Amino acid sequence: MDWDIVIGIETHVQLRTKSKQFSGASIKYGSEPNSQACLISLAYPGVLPVLNKESVNSAIRFGLAIDADIASKSIFARKNYFYPDLPKGYQISQFELPIVGKGKLSIDINGNSKDIRILRAHLEEDAGKSTHGVIDGKSGIDLNRAGTPLLEIVTEPDMSSAEEAVTYAKKLHDLVQWIGICDGNMQEGSFRCDVNVSVKKKGSDILGTRREIKNLNSFRFIKQAVDYEVNWQIDRLEDGKKIEQATILFNPESGETKSMRSKEEANDYRYFPDPDLLPLVISDEDISEIKKLMPELPGEMKLRFEKDLGLSTYDAEGITSSRDVTQYFLKLIDLGANAKLSANWILGNLFSKLKDKDLNILNSPILPKQLSTLINRIDDNTISNNAAKRVFENLWNNSKKEVDLIIDELGLKQISDSNEIDVIVDEVLKNNLAMIEEFKSGKDKAFNALVGQVMKASKGKANPAQVSSILKEKISK
Amino acid sequence: MLNLSLKELSQALEKKEFTSVELTQFFLNRIKKLNPSLNAFITVDEARSLAMAEKSDQIIQAGKKSILTGIPIAQKDIFCSEGWRTTCGSKMLENFISPYDSTVIHKFNDVGAVNIGKTNMDEFAMGSSNETSYFGPVKNPWALDCVPGGSSGGSAVAVAARLAPAATGTDTGGSIRQPASLCGFTGLKPTYGLVSRYGMIAFASSLDQAGPMAISAEDCALMLNVMTGHDEQDSTSLNRKKENYSNSIDKKIDGLKIGIPKEFFEEGLSSDVEKVIEEALKYYEKLGAKIVNISLPNNYLSIPAYYVIAPAEASSNLSRYDGVRYGHRAKEYDDLIDMYFKTRQEGFGDEVKRRILIGTYVLSAGYFDAYYLKAQKIRRLISNDFKSAYEKCDLIMGPSAPSVAFKSGEKQEDPLAMYMQDVFTISTNLAGLPAMSIPAGFVNELPVGLQLIGNHFEEAKILNAAHIYQKNTDWHLQHPKGID
Amino acid sequence: MSINKEEIKKIAHLARINVSQTEVDQVEKKLVGILALIEKMQKVNTNSIEPMSHALDINQPLREDKVTAKDIRDKSLDLAPHSEQSLFIVPQVIE
Repeated sequence: MDWDIVIGIETHVQLRTKSKQFSGASIKYGSEPNSQACLISLAYPGVLPVLNKESVNSAIRFGLAIDADIASKSIFARKNYFYPDLPKGYQISQFELPIVGKGKLSIDINGNSKDIRILRAHLEEDAGKSTHGVIDGKSGIDLNRAGTPLLEIVTEPDMSSAEEAVTYAKKLHDLVQWIGICDGNMQEGSFRCDVNVSVKKKGSDILGTRREIKNLNSFRFIKQAVDYEVNWQIDRLEDGKKIEQATILFNPESGETKSMRSKEEANDYRYFPDPDLLPLVISDEDISEIKKLMPELPGEMKLRFEKDLGLSTYDAEGITSSRDVTQYFLKLIDLGANAKLSANWILGNLFSKLKDKDLNILNSPILPKQLSTLINRIDDNTISNNAAKRVFENLWNNSKKEVDLIIDELGLKQISDSNEIDVIVDEVLKNNLAMIEEFKSGKDKAFNALVGQVMKASKGKANPAQVSSILKEKISK
Repeated sequence: MLNLSLKELSQALEKKEFTSVELTQFFLNRIKKLNPSLNAFITVDEARSLAMAEKSDQIIQAGKKSILTGIPIAQKDIFCSEGWRTTCGSKMLENFISPYDSTVIHKFNDVGAVNIGKTNMDEFAMGSSNETSYFGPVKNPWALDCVPGGSSGGSAVAVAARLAPAATGTDTGGSIRQPASLCGFTGLKPTYGLVSRYGMIAFASSLDQAGPMAISAEDCALMLNVMTGHDEQDSTSLNRKKENYSNSIDKKIDGLKIGIPKEFFEEGLSSDVEKVIEEALKYYEKLGAKIVNISLPNNYLSIPAYYVIAPAEASSNLSRYDGVRYGHRAKEYDDLIDMYFKTRQEGFGDEVKRRILIGTYVLSAGYFDAYYLKAQKIRRLISNDFKSAYEKCDLIMGPSAPSVAFKSGEKQEDPLAMYMQDVFTISTNLAGLPAMSIPAGFVNELPVGLQLIGNHFEEAKILNAAHIYQKNTDWHLQHPKGID
Repeated sequence: MSINKEEIKKIAHLARINVSQTEVDQVEKKLVGILALIEKMQKVNTNSIEPMSHALDINQPLREDKVTAKDIRDKSLDLAPHSEQSLFIVPQVIE
């Protein structure tokens, strides 16, 4: 039987603020345990929350970036449950009336654009961390992370494959960094995805029961977890068994998903408006102030590149696919490299190398300065395209070297001096009279062979365009 | 020293008639003598109080005193005070030494007032008789077999028995005004948000408000001048210009329109108390005020709405007492969940548990709309009643409590009867209005309080009306026998 | 609407309040009484009424994003019933 896969994602984005969501404690990563647990993080009797302005601004930035409604009035609510790393016994979150409403993020799937609808994004606070086994049979609680500002971004179930889920996650990961609201550090947990997966009979309108894979903090894990989970669900259904709604964890070592021990209280979080926090009111003026400070968004930049730099739609899309790629590209342009050539080299040779080595462009062994010099040398006819590829290989392997030095060492400099080429052409013509006759009798191939001879004689350094025009001129005399 | 007002004490300190240390020692001695029978204080720390007094004497010597410098104030044990044990009347916090000062304490420290001790209270401020305290019941100095009211019962008795010149209290549903009525002194609950809640241990966050408890309206004004002010640490703190409540306290009240809600004189009010209140109102007429009949048609819904909203908020506010980071933790337990259960079983008293259960119930899935949302709508109706009423009058007056002090133990096993104690006070908490109780007479030698309710921010008007009454009467100067 | 023993056990669990078999009758009696008191609300028509969460109609103030809190770790660990290695220690948390 054929199945449709239905995926929705909830992402916890840690906001790049200095202090916590509701207190003046630092959110720096990796500090001594509990050294950033202030009176409020510890939920001492009598302490009260006051909302961080920067996280509100971050949420507004995100709302603007996905073209969403930003609520003129939003409400903070308490989500009540007991857990040792949740000091108040409730998490402050938003339930009804979140700060960011419906929006969308478009992703590129095999060259086609697909809109993923964002249902909502709301502000909340992170919990602390429990470490197990510090002392035998006990857990240790570190509240440094408790109260860290989060923006939870919730999609509609619009993705239909692991690839789409990963593409969406990557795009979102890139966007939140692009607009400067998150450092994107996935190892440190700054970007974590809960992925809801269900399957249904192909074409059916009836959604299957979903299971939620919690806390995935790498794109690879998202792919592996979704693939595993989809197969598991399909196998089960094809065996005539039922799927029960569940919260599950992905084990990267086994590559399997596993149901968490079911929480005894079946999700009765008793949400109610937090009486310690008043309605958050955002005016149109607040929004337009923030709009002024927004960086140019990928979509806007793509149009500009097409219009002003003459990039093709395909190239402009590729170059703006991620903030890191765009920044790499813009550095080349700043260094005077030709825009079209830059786009070609990044999306072509550089991307294929990076992909081979599973590297981010940020960690490219070839620096923007080197690639821009290389492109300039093609552009000013110092080297041929083929020679450039050799230089590129060389750069990739000996990243420290100057481009011009490699060109010299490999002797790749093109001969563009017509006198020099004249001499070589004359020599070649003198030794290949038969070929000239063939050409004159109508065999075009003979001309290409002559060009080849000249190139060979110049050890590949002659400018091919010049060679062919001089040849033509001399033969026709 | 015993019967001087705050102003008189301040003047005496200024004139060096006595020092703050002498004054503090005087009240510490009274506490030593009388507290064993009254149980008004949970924590007394002579050394700390005297050290504060010494510092205050230095400020006075340096000529830098302000009005409350050097004056001992009793602090309800709901206010976190750095270095002091702060229990909130609960076993849960029996050994909790607060690592920080609440804003209220901070403000008193700032002006050099002396903390004379932490007063007894109903556990987590839940009660109207001060019988739910883990540290034992507080006795009413007018009749030791009677309750002092609650939840600020310890502060009430500290003022009434002159164990301190003045005290702080908090009022979520009447916890300043009802004990003021039952113990015969003056107590004010300000407009919600006027006094910062930071560091004041939360019972029901949207209703809790701190206020002064003292002999007279004049003293309450002096206390309020210190306690109010915007606090950036409390999101619900009002950002408005600080007022001086003493400035207009002596204004004539000619033509003051006093609204009398008929609902305050219907069922529930004891007829003896009713007579005293009517006398007081007649007296106001003599002082130039006009009586206007008004109606608060939804007042009967205030107790139902309150007993949804307050427990709901409390159930969540009290979740932090889990034995993980501070406070009580059970000695023996099998696992994490058992630790939670045993810790909270041992740490909370019956009334607190009852309210946590009610609060959890009304917020739980399937009941939220019928209870919590409904109560919030009723809250709006009650608030609207007051809005209409203030179109017809300047102040509203009526009884503070339905009866005089009742016998200890009398209502302890009957929560519903206990809850009715606040039938005249709760609606103002729901609406966030300022309200006051002042002594207005006696029934069987037990004091009766008159309640004055103002519109939002009209503390000055209430204090003015109370002061004019107190200038012409001496009910507030009566004090119980056997405390001299 | 009223509460039964089953529901009392459910909410007691949610609230981490132990209600033993011997107490449950007493608790039920008292809670039923309180709920009966609350029940008066249900007769009132509140269809067009906006719920009121706060006493005053004011908006949430915002805090500048600055680190202002002091490190109180030593004090906070001292106050804890059980702390070791700078952590608050509890019985093993089972995921």
